[in-house]
Amino acid sequence: MKALLVCEYREGKLLDTSYELLAFAERLGADTAIVLVGDAANVPRYSGKVHLAHVAIYGEYNPDLHKELILAAVDRENPDYIIFQHSSYGWDLAPRLAAKLRLAQVSEVVAIAGDGFEVGCCNAKMRRTVKPSTAKAVITIQTGAFTPQGEPQGSPTVEMLDVAAAGKVEFIGYEPAEEKDIDLGKAEVIVSAGRGIGKKDNVPIIAALAKAFGGELGASRPVVDAGWVEHSHQVGTTGQTVSPKLYVACGISGAIQHLAGMKKSDFIVAVNKDKDAPIGEVADVLIVADVMPFAQALTARLHK
Amino acid sequence: MKILVCIKQVPDMESRFKPDSQGTWFSEADLAFRMNEYDEYAVEQAVGLKELLGDSADITVLSIGPDRVVEAIKKALAMGCDRGVHIPDAAVHGKDPWQVASAITAFSQGKGFDLIFTGMQSQDRGSAQVGITVAELLGYACASTVVGFEYLEGSVVVRRELEGGGKAVVRMPLPALVTCQLGLNVPRYPTLPNIMKAKKKEISTVSLGELLKEGPLAETTSFYPPAKSGGGIILEGDVAELADRLIGILKEKTTVMR
Ligand SMILES: Cc1cc2nc3c(=O)[nH]c(=O)nc-3n(C[C@H](O)[C@H](O)[C@H](O)COP(=O)(O)OP(=O)(O)OC[C@H]3O[C@@H](n4cnc5c(N)ncnc54)[C@H](O)[C@@H]3O)c2cc1C
Repeated sequence: MKALLVCEYREGKLLDTSYELLAFAERLGADTAIVLVGDAANVPRYSGKVHLAHVAIYGEYNPDLHKELILAAVDRENPDYIIFQHSSYGWDLAPRLAAKLRLAQVSEVVAIAGDGFEVGCCNAKMRRTVKPSTAKAVITIQTGAFTPQGEPQGSPTVEMLDVAAAGKVEFIGYEPAEEKDIDLGKAEVIVSAGRGIGKKDNVPIIAALAKAFGGELGASRPVVDAGWVEHSHQVGTTGQTVSPKLYVACGISGAIQHLAGMKKSDFIVAVNKDKDAPIGEVADVLIVADVMPFAQALTARLHK
Repeated sequence: MKILVCIKQVPDMESRFKPDSQGTWFSEADLAFRMNEYDEYAVEQAVGLKELLGDSADITVLSIGPDRVVEAIKKALAMGCDRGVHIPDAAVHGKDPWQVASAITAFSQGKGFDLIFTGMQSQDRGSAQVGITVAELLGYACASTVVGFEYLEGSVVVRRELEGGGKAVVRMPLPALVTCQLGLNVPRYPTLPNIMKAKKKEISTVSLGELLKEGPLAETTSFYPPAKSGGGIILEGDVAELADRLIGILKEKTTVMR
């Protein structure tokens, strides 16, 4: 069995998540080769073959061209699996490859399950096992689900890739994330507001609880998107990654993108009216309660 | 300008999910359904663009699924789409993303849509495949996970969201497809007059059999809750009592109360 791993390069750097692809392939028991649109001076530490296309020629984001480059590597390797990270790069490219090759795609795999793959569904509340019906398949894996063991080692044999094609999408440039007015990374306690707090007027009550702990206010994404709290307070894959001594999630369901930003916290308390909310998976204490009255009671108790 | 918006109806995510009799998807008993959150942003973006372009823009909203999905189509019409298309399929949950994308592609072929909006993913299945696959099959330019959208004479400039909150700015010629991410805009609530107006808008039916010639490429073999990993404590009861108990636990297990 052979797997072609599609590594990622962004803003001049090889992404570390590349090594998670190797960890996944190892679990599969697959031989591997890597394809990368990157730079010869910055290839993965790996003893195998890297099919390399110059980022200077093909750009970091040019999906039509990257698709053609990966197809050229597929031609050379004839892999059983083409594997991506389930990231803004991977979930964008994987369906293009799968459609072109008419292969099954399984998205955001969290585990190998017999002859199928386990994936999350229903906002992380449930799981499915998905089995490709095609002999070969395209897979994206959940970030953090397959952690590499030990330091990566080796130096690859590099084979250059070139294609003559034009892309329809023109990359103009990167925009940095909004300036952070607070650094949640330094806070010992973070109390985060989720959609379950109900309305913007309730934000000060959660902020008061954060203050009573001597901590900072965090937020889930919908609360930021709705304009209740500034983006600099957002915790998660598209916000900040934090690991305070205490994290209190108020009315937050526990979607993977939120968990990715806070699950390394030393102690996690979740307040949710839903006993089955996926946040319970990472919580040391799950308080099943209506969040606003509980937040007020806890603040009052802390001031005593 | 001809615009297509593809929407899906999904259950309220705060529901309790139980496997259906086949054990491959959820049972629909006791579930309330609504428009997929990501698709609300798609509808809003299409309607916002029409407001900019005036009546030269025409928006078709399409949904595949059982009769209940007509409710989601009606909401999109009340938000400002011009016409609805329902592709009835009581067994849509058994179709894989490839089949759903193939059906949408067959519907779109030859209709000359300049722009197609879809959600980035559905809240229930979360595969994030259908929109991009449709673009690939139609040969449209495509950007996924869009949090910023601007139309500029014959092309669109979009902001793709990246990990960490940064963005990639890209330009695409028409025809193009964008998959919409949370926070792209602020979806409007349909007003009563617009709900009334929407009642006069046409919802046509197209049979899935005419569109779908493809078999599935992947199959769901089972549906189940995640294995419980957390050794966490669950506390229930009166809020004042809960606050006391939590403080006790925090004093014992953490250093933040000192
Ligand atoms: C590419 C991508 C990137 C993303 N990045 C991020 C990110 O960085 N950060 C992030 O947070 N999300 C991110 N998301 C969104 C994520 O998938 C979820 O949609 C989001 O985290 C949900 O936020 P929430 O838990 O506040 O809301 P919901 O999922 O709506 O959950 C609300 C919760 O509140 C509970 N509740 C409701 N009322 C009450 C009450 N009265 N008392 C107690 N509990 C109550 C409910 O039971 C529910 O569990 C991203 C999504 C994508 C696709």
